[in-house]
Amino acid sequence: MSMILEVEKPLLELEKKIKELKEVNMTGRVDLSSEIRLLERKAEQLKRSIYEDLSAWDRVQIARHSLRPSTTDYIQALFTDFMELHGDRLFADDPAIVAGLARFEGRACLVVGHQKGKDTKDNLARNFGMPNPEGFRKAGRLMSLGHRFKMPIFTFVDTPGAYPGIEAEERGQYEAIATNIALMTELGSPIVTLVIGEGGSGGALGIAVGDRVLMLENSVYSVISPEGCATILWRDASKAEQAAASLGLTSEILLRLGLVDEVLPEPLGGAHRDIPLVFETVARALRKHLGELLLLSPEERVKQRYDKYRRMGVVLDSPLRA
Amino acid sequence: MAGLFDKFRVNRPKVDQSRSDETARATLPSDLWIKCSDCGNAMYRKVFQDNLKVCDKCGFHHKLSSHERLELLADPGSFDEWDRGLYSGNPLSFAPEYLDKLDSDRKKTGLEDAVLSGKIELNGLPVGLAIMDFGFRGGSMGSVVGEKITRVLERAGDLRIPALVVTSSGGARMQEGMLSLMQMVRTSAAVRRLNELAVPYFCLLTDPTTAGVAASFAALGDVIVAEPRAIIGFAGARVIEQTIRQKLPPGFQTSEFFQKHGFIDMVVPRADLKATLGRLIGMFSVPVLETAP
Repeated sequence: MSMILEVEKPLLELEKKIKELKEVNMTGRVDLSSEIRLLERKAEQLKRSIYEDLSAWDRVQIARHSLRPSTTDYIQALFTDFMELHGDRLFADDPAIVAGLARFEGRACLVVGHQKGKDTKDNLARNFGMPNPEGFRKAGRLMSLGHRFKMPIFTFVDTPGAYPGIEAEERGQYEAIATNIALMTELGSPIVTLVIGEGGSGGALGIAVGDRVLMLENSVYSVISPEGCATILWRDASKAEQAAASLGLTSEILLRLGLVDEVLPEPLGGAHRDIPLVFETVARALRKHLGELLLLSPEERVKQRYDKYRRMGVVLDSPLRA
Repeated sequence: MAGLFDKFRVNRPKVDQSRSDETARATLPSDLWIKCSDCGNAMYRKVFQDNLKVCDKCGFHHKLSSHERLELLADPGSFDEWDRGLYSGNPLSFAPEYLDKLDSDRKKTGLEDAVLSGKIELNGLPVGLAIMDFGFRGGSMGSVVGEKITRVLERAGDLRIPALVVTSSGGARMQEGMLSLMQMVRTSAAVRRLNELAVPYFCLLTDPTTAGVAASFAALGDVIVAEPRAIIGFAGARVIEQTIRQKLPPGFQTSEFFQKHGFIDMVVPRADLKATLGRLIGMFSVPVLETAP
């Protein structure tokens, strides 16, 4: 099932019409090429007007789009020799987090990412990309392995959040997240994190502490889901659109606040509209950042990472007035 | 221990006592009486105060303000406050009501934000201490809370003295958006630096300790102590109920629950806290003093 944004409906209708006209044109009975050209120009204008001024809520929809490339798509496209490794050696394997060894342009590295499902059945198997504690513990086990063997670590972020369930609490969801965040602050490996879709709060951050944290333009990263924020502030989940606008969850704002290091452009309308182009963009960015990080010693990376996060905060020396 | 908080009241005349009782979640039928928010038991206010705000019938531990907590833990006159004068901004230009609430919480608690910090002596042992205050925006962690806790951990490392953080927080401060989430990283990184220095770090979890605070420095103590029946956990009970569409079992997400599941070292009643923490910190203080610069 492909999700369609409300704002892009007129464009999709126009594109459908162009396709129909082209089919008629192909028969050669009438020449419609000038009409087609006209409509194509119109579509291009419409596309720009729709996508160049997306609201925070539109971006939330794009970030959650079912056709948006997921962690395994990036692994398949940008890495070779991927070997998925399973389990936290304590309790279970968590299908909501995919992890393993792979080569990035020939270099052995460690890859970890949240994995949402491609359809309903797959989503049930993947728990909609919401990790349980064992997911974070698997990630930690393998990141430590990567660190020991001096492998770069790449993480891909795409989750609504850590799973809120009874068993997840019993097995220490909060402890698993805290421990992995703390671990990622002290690993000597270069760590490059890319938010590819939805960065849902602590469940995202649990694998997202990096020397470089990158975001795809239309991905979002939020302290709480817009729905959750609306429920808490206004006791009304339907005000999610308003909450999304308030939470500062877009890549543009997070870059401005210095919380992400680079925003990677997407094709107009979102990554799903030209996936090969997105893979190219991401490959280039990973190459660049890894190259820069490899020039530093493990100690320097850990120190720079500490200093980077140490600066994150807005603290004033006098109170603000309303 | 009798009269401990009476002294606090004399020392902090600016704090509006009737408002601070709200933070104790105890509803009061009159000035003289306090009702336990858990079992409904009515107590003389004086008895309630003398009993450290613990219900004398069911043992429920009502919330303490950070100043009350300080009185409970610090040797008299030993508190040297750190990092005053740090204030929250409004980096996302959240609704102006947020600034009003910051302002009224400042007046209500006598704090600048949701953490009180400094150096104390606890049974004669020097300790770098941070106390979160639920009465200030639900103890939520924004940039100032993250900054003050990080500074306590860093300074404890510099001074080679043990660090203790008393948590009481619903989690991240939503109004600061992702800036607040990043406080989880700064504080956790500072804990790992203490670990490297072999400076001991202790957590005292009090009601409630959830979400972003539970999932960062509160979970990382070398030894983790909790007050009885404090609510602890990652996800809120309501969110879990909505997700799984069933009622939660009694005692879910309490200190005792997490001790049983292996995440908390000790559950200690308030009346024994100072003595227990003193003995605990004392176990670590000799090697710490020997490595002092």
